[in-house]
Amino acid sequence: MNQPLLTVDGLEVEYPGRGFRAQPFRAVKGVSFDIRPGETVGLVGESGSGKTTIGRALLGLAPVSAGSLTFKGEDISHPTKQRRRELTRDIQVVYQDPYSSLNPSLTIGDSLTEPMIVRKTSKKEAGARVRELLDMVALPADAADRYPREFSGGQRQRVAIARALALDPTLIVCDEPVSALDLSTQARVLELFLEIQERTRVAYLFISHDLAVVREMSHRVAVLLHGEIVEWGDGDTVTSAPEHPYTQRLLLASPVPDPAAQEQRRADRLRLKEIQAEQDLQAGAA
Amino acid sequence: MSSVTPAAAPARRTGPGLFLRLLRHPLGGVSMLILAVVVLLGALAPWLAPFDPSATDLHMILAEPGPEYLLGGDAAGRDILSRLLVATAFSLAGGLLVMAVAVTVGLTAGLVAGYYGGLIDAAGAWFTALTMSLPSIIVLIAARSVMGPSMWWTMAIFGLFISPVYYRVVYTSVRSVRNELYVDAARTSGLGDGRIIGRHVLLAVRAPVILLMSGVIAAGIGMQAGFDFLGLGDPTTPTWGQMLNEGFYNINRSSNLVLWPALVLGLTTVALTLLGTALRDELEGTGDKRHKAARPWALDQEVPADIDHGDEPAGDALLTVRDLAVAYPAGEGYATVVKGGRLSVRRGETHGLIGESGSGKTQTAFSILGLLPKGGKVMAGSIVFDGEELVGRTDAQLNALRGSRIAYVPQEPMSNLDPSFTVGHQLTEPLVKVLGMKKAEARGRALSLLARVGIPDPQRAFDSYPHQLSGGMAQRVLIAGAVSSHPDLLIADEPTTALDVTVQAEVLDLLRDLQDELGMAILIVTHNFGVVADICDRVTVMQKGVMVETGATRAVFENPRHEYTRALFAAIPQGAPRSPLPGVSSAGSLGAGALR
Repeated sequence: MNQPLLTVDGLEVEYPGRGFRAQPFRAVKGVSFDIRPGETVGLVGESGSGKTTIGRALLGLAPVSAGSLTFKGEDISHPTKQRRRELTRDIQVVYQDPYSSLNPSLTIGDSLTEPMIVRKTSKKEAGARVRELLDMVALPADAADRYPREFSGGQRQRVAIARALALDPTLIVCDEPVSALDLSTQARVLELFLEIQERTRVAYLFISHDLAVVREMSHRVAVLLHGEIVEWGDGDTVTSAPEHPYTQRLLLASPVPDPAAQEQRRADRLRLKEIQAEQDLQAGAA
Repeated sequence: MSSVTPAAAPARRTGPGLFLRLLRHPLGGVSMLILAVVVLLGALAPWLAPFDPSATDLHMILAEPGPEYLLGGDAAGRDILSRLLVATAFSLAGGLLVMAVAVTVGLTAGLVAGYYGGLIDAAGAWFTALTMSLPSIIVLIAARSVMGPSMWWTMAIFGLFISPVYYRVVYTSVRSVRNELYVDAARTSGLGDGRIIGRHVLLAVRAPVILLMSGVIAAGIGMQAGFDFLGLGDPTTPTWGQMLNEGFYNINRSSNLVLWPALVLGLTTVALTLLGTALRDELEGTGDKRHKAARPWALDQEVPADIDHGDEPAGDALLTVRDLAVAYPAGEGYATVVKGGRLSVRRGETHGLIGESGSGKTQTAFSILGLLPKGGKVMAGSIVFDGEELVGRTDAQLNALRGSRIAYVPQEPMSNLDPSFTVGHQLTEPLVKVLGMKKAEARGRALSLLARVGIPDPQRAFDSYPHQLSGGMAQRVLIAGAVSSHPDLLIADEPTTALDVTVQAEVLDLLRDLQDELGMAILIVTHNFGVVADICDRVTVMQKGVMVETGATRAVFENPRHEYTRALFAAIPQGAPRSPLPGVSSAGSLGAGALR
């Protein structure tokens, strides 16, 4: 239980620069955290903070240039092609965009059986599993014969979740899974994530720019800024009483849906801005 | 590319198949009929031909059409009809060979190069450039002198020359599909490259490959006819070009010889080209189908009676939208996307228009600006701005208001700045054109506006191109442009949705400050309750095209009256944090090097 499922230690991801002798671009600069079985770890950050890249590195879709990824005691930072394909049984993904993550010309059933074909599951078994999965994400059984375009964003995201669950993974990377959805749909999809976790004990790496969503979903939270973790710890603490100035700014910047509270928050933010500007000034003078 | 894929999909399941739809297409039906006849004649030539196509009869040299030789005889006394039938078979086979070679080479190379990139990609680009710059006729003549006059070789080489057409189309399609998330998802599902290409990538290139086929066949037939006409073909193989060549020598003695091959060649090529057009229409849905709704527009649905506009607008309303209906032609009739309710914006206030996607909030904003997308039309209702009715105004009349008294800030700042002009040019142009300022004056004004919207180095921003700005900066530039004419009303459509939260907070601060300074009214279209709580004095909630509730922001948030508003509030993340997993201590979980 206390043995981490995944340990990320000093992870660095570098993309080659464009052009002759260009400097490589370091998207992730020495990031360390761990995920335990059945736990949700939230990754919060703004655009360009490297949060998506970390998820892609776990999935083998981004080049790891330094550091290590240890999954169930095995180093998976540079697996063989064969091993990478086996790992997909354990590590799965749900993407942000429910529109481009499903092939428009394949039926929902075809998309869901995709992970199973590779494992040579029999057609009958696969069909039964598809029904089971659709039931798990609360979609009607006849959805299997239909095409993605017949479904709303929220329903498509349910399909994407079902596909991720097809092989009973132990870790799912959720890359902004609800940010393309409407508020009411978002609430229901988040609930589904929690429900599935309770049932299957799957761990989530939950990537989002929205502090409120991460707070609701995560046991522990890491805050990213320019490819580095600036704050990491217990979800409640990080999202309600953060220590790092950047997390404080991030927290106060996201507006709350309550006019009175938001007015207070706005005043706090402006005050914090002044204090931090003053500190920066002093730090510069020192 | 994505526009092709979904359109291609229906061919498999919903509605009639592609073949049936092509038959119903006016051009498609006729061209398929012509092609079917030509192909049948060619295929059955050995049985249909009444005479041996190369058997000569000295009595029949240049004979007029008669009972024996139905279409007459040629210069060597051969039956024109028999020769034409056999030539049809050879010409079509030549065209098909060109297509087969082009598809095989172009498709394979395009798939591999597009999917793997790297060296193969470079080689493909090099080969494409080479074939494009080499005149194919010269290469074909050279090949003929080496390999002798063989129609098959000539056509195969021409197929190779035309294969870049396929290569480029397939390559671009594959490139774009490769970056689709579903390909990533397939990889994460453990699919190998071969399976991914077979399942996902081939599906995407299916449509363009089919589309190009008829054109390539036509090009092949045309090329072959030209080659043979020049006398460079194989004299033992009768083709249309061969017949044209012979006919041309004797054109003064009998025009009969040229007429028939020219007619069949022309008909076939035209039919192939038209079939290509019909195919494109059916596969991509780009046909020139002028959309005419069969039924006149009518409010297709009762507007719910429980609309709650408890707080009636005071007399100082700057903008009043009443019972607005906006519809788009769809199928037989219309789809009504906005259907009623009331929206009133007072002078100097910030008014939020909130709703989920598809609620019609942006459509409402576009109707006020008179900028509804193609097909959209205001069907009923009124929009009164400062005492003037806007519905039914011409574009020219609206232009007098837009950009001067009503300004607009869009959602995507980057796509609303022209990438080929500097920020300064885009800011000063309306000042010169609309407000009639002098160039130098406009420049000074633009610089002070840029400084005003919080851009640290106005001169640098003035001289830069849009791509050199960050999203937040670009949005500031657009706000500067919007307020440059001191508008009475600023319509902002999701102005902060594309921005990071920290930038969003700053942009909202900026809008608030500008409003205090200029006293304009702001209508903010948004789906974010936090934004409404932050900046709006009053708010209108939209649901499925209907404005269901209006009120002062605080009153609506504290005591939402409409059922839908209450449901929306219930969906907001409550912010209850999860307790840590049992057995996981949060202390000491900091990884080494995580904090610096």
